[in-house]
Amino acid sequence: MGKRRWLVAIPFLAPALFVLGALVVYPAFDTIRLSFYDRLGQEFVGFENYQDMFRLPRMRTAIRNSFIWVAVFPFFVTTVGLVLAVLSEKVKWRSAFRLILFLPAAIAVLSSGIIWRFVYDASPDTGLINGFLNIPAAIFSPEGEYPGAAASYDGLTQAEPGEAISQTVEVGSSGGVALLGLLRLTEADLPASSIEAVQPTPEGPGALTGVVWRDTAPGDNIKGVVDPTERGIPDIIIDIIDPEGTTVEKVSSGVDGTFEVTGLDPGVYTVQIPSSTLREPWQGITWLGKDLITIAAIIAGIWIWGGFALLVIASGLASLPRDVLEAARVDGASEYQVFRRVTVPLLKPVLTVVFVALTINALKMFDLIIGIAPGSVQADANVIALEMWRSAFTGGGNRGLGAAIAVFLLLLILPVLLFNIRRFRLEQS
Amino acid sequence: MSPDLDVVTEAPTSRLGRLGAWFRRGALQTTLIIVALFWMIPGIGLLVTSFRPLENVAGSGWWTTVSSPGELTIQNYSNLIGDESLIDAVFNTFLIAVPSTVIPILLAAAAGYALAWIDFKGRDVVFLLVIAMLMVPLQMALIPAFRMFRSMGLGGLPSVWLFHTAFGLPFAIFLMRNYYAGLPASLMEAARIDGANEWKIFVRIVLPLGFPAIASLAIFQFTWTWNDLLVALIFSGDRAPLMVWISQRLGQFGSGIDIIAAGVFISALVPLGIFFAFQKYFEAGLLGGSVK
Repeated sequence: MGKRRWLVAIPFLAPALFVLGALVVYPAFDTIRLSFYDRLGQEFVGFENYQDMFRLPRMRTAIRNSFIWVAVFPFFVTTVGLVLAVLSEKVKWRSAFRLILFLPAAIAVLSSGIIWRFVYDASPDTGLINGFLNIPAAIFSPEGEYPGAAASYDGLTQAEPGEAISQTVEVGSSGGVALLGLLRLTEADLPASSIEAVQPTPEGPGALTGVVWRDTAPGDNIKGVVDPTERGIPDIIIDIIDPEGTTVEKVSSGVDGTFEVTGLDPGVYTVQIPSSTLREPWQGITWLGKDLITIAAIIAGIWIWGGFALLVIASGLASLPRDVLEAARVDGASEYQVFRRVTVPLLKPVLTVVFVALTINALKMFDLIIGIAPGSVQADANVIALEMWRSAFTGGGNRGLGAAIAVFLLLLILPVLLFNIRRFRLEQS
Repeated sequence: MSPDLDVVTEAPTSRLGRLGAWFRRGALQTTLIIVALFWMIPGIGLLVTSFRPLENVAGSGWWTTVSSPGELTIQNYSNLIGDESLIDAVFNTFLIAVPSTVIPILLAAAAGYALAWIDFKGRDVVFLLVIAMLMVPLQMALIPAFRMFRSMGLGGLPSVWLFHTAFGLPFAIFLMRNYYAGLPASLMEAARIDGANEWKIFVRIVLPLGFPAIASLAIFQFTWTWNDLLVALIFSGDRAPLMVWISQRLGQFGSGIDIIAAGVFISALVPLGIFFAFQKYFEAGLLGGSVK
């Protein structure tokens, strides 16, 4: 009987089994074989490819990033899906809500990556996130009138571009003189009212005179000296700070850039252009730079797969026994307690399915990285599946190394595979 | 599930309790609206960008369109429609996705029937192997398949079809077998008593009844192959589909933002159309595909 049934089954099964054998099973074993051969698949090299795999810096980056993906991505996506499934169950427009969240799953992962590349754009003018973060930045530390202007000579101190510029001046019996020369300004930056700067002279006891000017050094001009044709910078607020650190006076420069304070006690004063005048606009966070790229990509990943997790978990939620939840509520359990003690434990099988699927997804991540990471940081965003393709099919094409990476990927997925088979067998029996 | 779960929250007796419940519900609605916006805004951003002239895209955010809606133009799209490489890519994507959907479904429908209703020896082992293959990463086959196709002189479309068929099959068989297994046994028994052979039972009874599963599967597999980048990059050769077309333009990012944005939306039209037209089947396929 058994044999005869085989004969009946063969015509139905043969085409599918032939394709699976020729294009899944045989190639998989051949990949294992090739992982012990050189880049062309001709010479046996033993474990060399595997050694290379753990030695090459780009592969190390890939392994590190893939582990970050596996550690972070499945957990967050499952959590987001669970929380949103439970929350959205309580509103009437839940279908619309779930539809919106599920949309990213319909379009290509590559496209989603590109969508997020725009969101993460570094410039606050064009990138959505940086544009948003720029709102508080523009309120609390607005751009100065002369952003980026820098101290022109060594006698002045400035910690960094955009920070305050100061000079220490001794106000003695003949008075003191401050020379605040600024660099990195163009003629056009100066207001039309500004005229040629005047070198100040000491004005006697208790007087501090000074000038703020655009200090250039072409031809015979010398830095730190007010040369002819150099223009003063008017209307700059200057802080005069006494030796104790208290601001004793604020003066404004005139059209020729000069200012004067009188009646000071003798001593050493700090003359300072505050940072509020020199501050540069906020530059934005380089989300897609080499430090943040993996985190940025994972956030995009949550956006792509969150709706999938939500939908699977919501369908599990819909099949939960209502009366158990009701009983808990009647017993006086708070919504949070119901969620934590009843809903989550009952949903555990569904949560496991979602978590496992997302773990495999994290290990096979490919299109998203290509879509989101600009070419220059692709190496920093590298993951195992991407490196497999890069090694085997780009540049010179190292088939041996590519095969070894594929085997490594399979080994990482193997526990999940065995777990799923065991679960399936339990379900069957 | 009761259709109106707002009722579930027991009406609190005290006035304060009622106020608290009202606030909680308001906070819940607000939270979900913010979440929904978070999900919509990135896509809207790219959609608006695709309608803005390049010189504006580089200088200001898409949201500034609110104050200058006059800048919107279909120029990017009309440029693309005149671009022969894009027309080819759209064409190639269809040429790849249709056979890559039809072939595995035909094979899986037959194999699923044998695994569900023909009681041969070793059936469970075969099915278990299929399930194991479900999780084998396709990276495990890329290099040998590439070498094999090249040595057979098989390039472009047929190699993509075959590869998509092979890696679409395990899930397709899994889904078809499970769907068929849920059909009532009395149907097959009655037909067998009437003297119908297995082929007749399959074609006349099982195949038509399996339509919902086939529909889900078709939508899933079509979307999958339409959106695929990796297999196409390696096998499609001079038959590059949309995803390859887009990824090639990404290399020159900054010079062609407008074109890429519009290209992304052109490539998304078909999957989005399928999604809205066959939402139920789409979700069923994707939920089933959660094991893939």
